Amino acid sequence: MDKILRVDMADLSTRIEAVPAEWAGLGGRGLTSTIVAAEVPPTCHPLGPSNKLVFAPGLLTGTPAANSGRLSAGAKSPLTGTIKESNAGGTSAQMLARLGIKALIIEGAPTTDAWYSLHVSMDGVAIREETELIGKGNFAVIEAVESRLGKKTGVLTIGPAGELKMTAANISVKDPDSKIRSHGRGGLGAVMGSKRIKFISIDDEGAPKVPIADPEKFKTAARAFAKALLDHPISGEGLPTYGTNVLVNILNEAGGLPTRNFTIGQFEGHDKISGETMHDTIVARGGKHKHGCHAGCIIQCSQVYHDKEGKYVTSGFEYETIWGLGADCCVDNLDDIAVADNLMDDIGIDSIETAVMFGVAMEAGILPFGDGKGIIRLLKDEIGKGTPLGRILGGGAASVGKAYGVTRVPVVKNQGIPAYDPRSVKGIGITYATSTMGADHTAGYTIATNILNVGGFVDPLKKDGQVELSRNLQIATAAVDSTGMCIFVAFPALDIPECLPALIDMINARFGINLTGDDVTNLGKQILKTERQFNIEAGFTKEHDRLPEFFKTEPVAPHNAVWDFTDAEIDEFWNF
Amino acid sequence: MEITVKLFAMFRIGRFAAARKQCEPGTVPADIANGLNIPEKDIGIVLVNGRHARLDHQLSDGDTLSLFPLVGGG
Repeated sequence: MDKILRVDMADLSTRIEAVPAEWAGLGGRGLTSTIVAAEVPPTCHPLGPSNKLVFAPGLLTGTPAANSGRLSAGAKSPLTGTIKESNAGGTSAQMLARLGIKALIIEGAPTTDAWYSLHVSMDGVAIREETELIGKGNFAVIEAVESRLGKKTGVLTIGPAGELKMTAANISVKDPDSKIRSHGRGGLGAVMGSKRIKFISIDDEGAPKVPIADPEKFKTAARAFAKALLDHPISGEGLPTYGTNVLVNILNEAGGLPTRNFTIGQFEGHDKISGETMHDTIVARGGKHKHGCHAGCIIQCSQVYHDKEGKYVTSGFEYETIWGLGADCCVDNLDDIAVADNLMDDIGIDSIETAVMFGVAMEAGILPFGDGKGIIRLLKDEIGKGTPLGRILGGGAASVGKAYGVTRVPVVKNQGIPAYDPRSVKGIGITYATSTMGADHTAGYTIATNILNVGGFVDPLKKDGQVELSRNLQIATAAVDSTGMCIFVAFPALDIPECLPALIDMINARFGINLTGDDVTNLGKQILKTERQFNIEAGFTKEHDRLPEFFKTEPVAPHNAVWDFTDAEIDEFWNF
Repeated sequence: MEITVKLFAMFRIGRFAAARKQCEPGTVPADIANGLNIPEKDIGIVLVNGRHARLDHQLSDGDTLSLFPLVGGG
């Protein structure tokens, strides 16, 4: 990838630049965080003209490496005020990589009321005015762009939530079935909306294959890597059969399934929303229990969920979404949750933030716990239409908590806490507290070792070993996030000794370089330190690396666990 | 003594989701797995009363044993 595309939305100009030497070895999150840290004033208003929205494929994206088609998107987050990177599957990453685009940097903001789209092709990037699709949902945008520009066009789009700059707004990516994957967390959709870009279309017609310096070495490494993915029981069998939603019953049994706005660790209705039930329902109704979010994915953790009549309802039906609208909101109707999932895709709003938000909204009395139809109604009629209530709801969990005087608001750095209770899964609590991006479970997924016995075992109910576990995983994840790899390659990487060396061999063969395992670890450390430095300059201190008060004082059943780390113990995390 | 055995994901196929089992004192999860024709190498997670346990953990009367294959992540 040999060029940087810059788009200035203030004067509506575009530039094609060579890649500076210091960015040559970076990709994905490593590149977006480096660019944001270098070019965005940390104290800027995230919706103002000084923020930048950066898209970057990973170091291996566009190659034949399995599971390498992820795209990173980065900016200063309007939700957390910290630096942010979010990666997603879909069809855009590989197209950008083949076009030779190492990064697409969008800066400035228009001063008029006009809306725009960007078109990326072999000729660079063009800015076009857009009127017809403003106000439309993401599915309509994808359909219209395909009809205008061809079925194979890549699409990145924001829904009404992003146009209205709601802080829970996401950026949607067209997937191989013309459905949607998401750059979900951190409100990046609002940043794109603040730059008045409704969608980005990508045409890779004429783009050559991604060049590989040592094709033979690459092929050998790619084969070993793919074998490890298929050999590991999680990536090779568990995920394609049950999807991530298999976790409902696991967390429920372990007492770490946050229920009724994080008041209990188990949900009575767990069986009705479990991965096992979802699998059987999908099969009975003619959907797909395995499905890939990008070409070259061999894990296939996604699925296609149909209604009773056999019609498409949603795809990419994730554990976090089902946990959140299910256990956390006490809804035990999987069909209602599926309809809500599809609505969130269309409106363009983060399904994790929105689910945690609804738990707080129910505690606030806006609707009763268990009211699945009420969730659907509020999504359609309030958030989707941008009413004043909709804007409060679309601001996320903390926004609703503040507006309604709720104290039990599960957020860190203003971002909603996902589907694992930190009191009974203590490792993930350290990740929530210390991640540079707010409460983020994928940043350092200790669930693997706390719950799933992957990479060893660290008891989730004890403090011992959690800080070290979270630190090692956060460092490794920052590096993996730079390669374009799906994070689920971490399961085989933690257990199968051939896996990580094969990944490093592929990077070396791609670029003709000689990275070692230590180099990869150092890359991860460097990325975390760069991100942390941005946050410090943005005004964050160690006092922000904390969980909400109620986790310390309210024990969670069945294990009656509390969050009992001292501040000093948490702050140990950054000793590297 | 009597314990409750819960099986999840693929382990349910051809078996059950939850069942009560009579067994001798000193029974361990490995014994239960053997009795159900579940190969030890297929077992991902063993929980006794919601806490992680080893295959040689001594079970007590009234315990709930949950067995999961290696699945999941997200």
